[in-house]
Amino acid sequence: MPVTFTLNGASVTVDAPPDMPLLWVLRDLLDLKGTKFGCGISECGACTVHVNGRTTRSCQVRVSTLEGDEVTTIEGLSPDGTHALQQAWRELDVPQCGYCQAGQLMAAAALLARNPSPTDEDIDTAMDRNLCRCGTYNRIREGIHRAARALTQDAAAGPGGEGA
Amino acid sequence: MSATTMNRRHFLRIGAVAGGGLLVSSYFDLFGIRGAAAKDAATFAPNGHVRIDADGRITIMAQNPEIGQGVKTMLPMLVAEELDVAWEDVHVEQASLDTDLYTRQFAGGSTATPTHWVPMRQAGAAARMLLVQAAADTWGVDPSELETEAGVVHHRATGRSLGYGELAERAATLPAPDPEEVPLKRAEEYGIIGTPVRNVDLDAIVTGRPLFGIDTVVPGMHYAVFQKCPVFGGRVRSANLDEVRSQPGVTHAFVVEGGTSLNGLLAGVAIVGDNWWLVNQARENVLRVEWDEGATAEQSSEGFLAQARALFGREPALPMRSDGQVDRALAGAAHRVEAEYDYPFISHAPLEPQNCTARWQDGRLELWAPSQTPERGRALAAETLGISEDDVTLHLTRIGGGFGRRLNNDYIAEAAWIAREAGVPVKLLWTREDDFGHDFYRPAGYHRLEGGVDGSGRLVAWRNHFVSFGEGDEFASSAGVRDSEFPAGFVPNFELGASLIPFGIPTGALRAPGSNALAFVYQSFLDELAHAAGVDPVRFRLDLLAAAGPETALDPARMRGVLERVAEVSGWGRRDLPRGTGMGVAFHYSHLGYFAEVVQATVSRAGDVTVDRAWAVGDIGRHVINPLNAENNAQGGVIEGVSHALGQEIRIVNGRAEPSNFDGYPLLRMRQSFPVEVHFIETDHEPTGLGEPPLPPAIPALCNAIFAATGVRIRSLPISKHDLRWS
Repeated sequence: MPVTFTLNGASVTVDAPPDMPLLWVLRDLLDLKGTKFGCGISECGACTVHVNGRTTRSCQVRVSTLEGDEVTTIEGLSPDGTHALQQAWRELDVPQCGYCQAGQLMAAAALLARNPSPTDEDIDTAMDRNLCRCGTYNRIREGIHRAARALTQDAAAGPGGEGA
Repeated sequence: MSATTMNRRHFLRIGAVAGGGLLVSSYFDLFGIRGAAAKDAATFAPNGHVRIDADGRITIMAQNPEIGQGVKTMLPMLVAEELDVAWEDVHVEQASLDTDLYTRQFAGGSTATPTHWVPMRQAGAAARMLLVQAAADTWGVDPSELETEAGVVHHRATGRSLGYGELAERAATLPAPDPEEVPLKRAEEYGIIGTPVRNVDLDAIVTGRPLFGIDTVVPGMHYAVFQKCPVFGGRVRSANLDEVRSQPGVTHAFVVEGGTSLNGLLAGVAIVGDNWWLVNQARENVLRVEWDEGATAEQSSEGFLAQARALFGREPALPMRSDGQVDRALAGAAHRVEAEYDYPFISHAPLEPQNCTARWQDGRLELWAPSQTPERGRALAAETLGISEDDVTLHLTRIGGGFGRRLNNDYIAEAAWIAREAGVPVKLLWTREDDFGHDFYRPAGYHRLEGGVDGSGRLVAWRNHFVSFGEGDEFASSAGVRDSEFPAGFVPNFELGASLIPFGIPTGALRAPGSNALAFVYQSFLDELAHAAGVDPVRFRLDLLAAAGPETALDPARMRGVLERVAEVSGWGRRDLPRGTGMGVAFHYSHLGYFAEVVQATVSRAGDVTVDRAWAVGDIGRHVINPLNAENNAQGGVIEGVSHALGQEIRIVNGRAEPSNFDGYPLLRMRQSFPVEVHFIETDHEPTGLGEPPLPPAIPALCNAIFAATGVRIRSLPISKHDLRWS
């Protein structure tokens, strides 16, 4: 039974087995490889995406439940790859192997969307379900703070203005 | 046209590429025979270290597998430095496995820097030399009058300049220089080496572009899963293949007989189809296999521990070293300590599960594989299929974590076999459960130690009976110890012996193999001895380093340097730490690198361990080639060590590995992470690698911090199984 939802801003209709997890629909049916498979049981966070703006482990979401939903993956985090978090990740050279980082970025983006100035404690809570096997946590934390500062400054400057 | 010049071990090859460019590649010739095998220029593929196109595009090939250690950025930096180009102008491309063009396309043992430090720079310098010669020929001047800067050759006297692209075609016709005679820059001239350079795949990573083995797609590709016996080495008796074949999405299901080597193709059931998830559903929900589990089903971690304790009651079966008279020194020691230490099997758990894409066509095999040892992977695939290595092509992908797991290529053998048997290209993808269940585990180990300190605080006696795994006198993979391992050579009365338990569990190298276990045991026991003697743990270690005999595996001065510095930067010796908080110190030499580390940890009254902070000081020679990556890598090593120590354990139960997923295998998470302050001391030695040496000291430094905080000595890992409550 075909399911229609919005993926990275565009409508898609997928004809897939109803129980097929979103992760595999994205990777193998829609050929979006940025969302990663790590554990299949919602323990590692490599498959993190946004469904209706919320942090979601795509390995746990059956495609049949997505009718009318809005799904955002790393490929759609920003139109040109310049989300403040992506920029901070570049500036700090966060990744080592890089495999978990799409999930880290998506979890961090959902955090910043609801909490523009997260504390370390907020970061611990929001990011604790995303494993980084290489141990880049110091730079992930710094990257979130840096992106938060950048976004706050942009907001203070106002649309199109230089700010006070 | 091309020319090859060689000397005893190392030579360069120059050639033209399609479109009028220049290509330079560099080889080690370990056996002196490579020259005879050199290909003719006419068949030259556009692959080497440096490629300069006529339009000026500069491409540097990254020859080694990238597992997150940063080598895809670092090796091209070396080439670019001597080529004298601006890093922003360099395009880095991943090379495929090509043993004609490259040597040691390998990720392991922190070897890339020591192996390639000279030849990569020579490759860049030779290319530059040819470009300069081409300019000199063009202008009819002497090359000594020319200089280069950021990809341009200048003749200052006449104000003339030519870009490398304009010179490429002419340069490609010149004979290659002897690499040993190519002048290299002086360190003061470096503009790239020693500067912070970002990961070349950064943009693809943060935007989610396909990059890893698991992202491979080839036309007509099917997906495969492979169910092996949960008991290592078990065989298939029967399986309900017809039922599996009738499942949606499944196109093939068959038994693979497999061989007897745990490193090769093992027995199992392959299921192939057009949708990986459906194929795996068929495996999980429908497949039933009757296994012949074999003798390994009798084995368990519990049994190994009991065997080790029984062996401690006997003399070591393999005496390895005896200096002085340990019994007499122990009898005369002012302080004696005896202790038994042990550590468990652990799993690599790289976040990208094992996978390989294989295409079998017209008797030839093409592979896309995240392998740390592609050359061995090709050989294994050829051997498994009974074909020539010449008929195997292997493409390297970025790798979602190596840690030593992908030194073994079992998943390549499986994909190759399944693709040929099924007659379709397949992407074999393991589940996390496959990965935990069929790793090459860091072997467990058991140590009985005795040590003695004299009245002046000097370590005078050390005896270690190491119970490990193996057959006869041969240690299992990564289960051994060197007879020169510290503190050998620093203690006048020293004995090391081993006894081996035969077993059927696959083991292998895990980041800092050997060292990640031995550092825990030795640096913890040294701490016990320091405390028994009432000597500060840093002071005790400095005194021990000062007692170096004539032959030691490590350079005591370099270790002293990092130890003194870490004591300084960590504020070692503070007296103002609250109750339940302590600092621990440890050092270790491995893979040519020197690291000393301090960990500050807090143990709550409820017994929970928090790592507050860590300091790591390393000496990896005179250059830290990419400091931006070096800090990241060293932080990761310390965090990984702490993660091993806190909770990681693979239990062998009835010949199977447990647990099966991350819910039972607590890798360190964000909330447990802690700041790691990294410092390097640059000493006048050739630069060496960084992947492994930061890890080992973190484990004993943490355990020593817990002792300082609570008085509880951790002699058995992981820490999570100890009751650390206090009141």
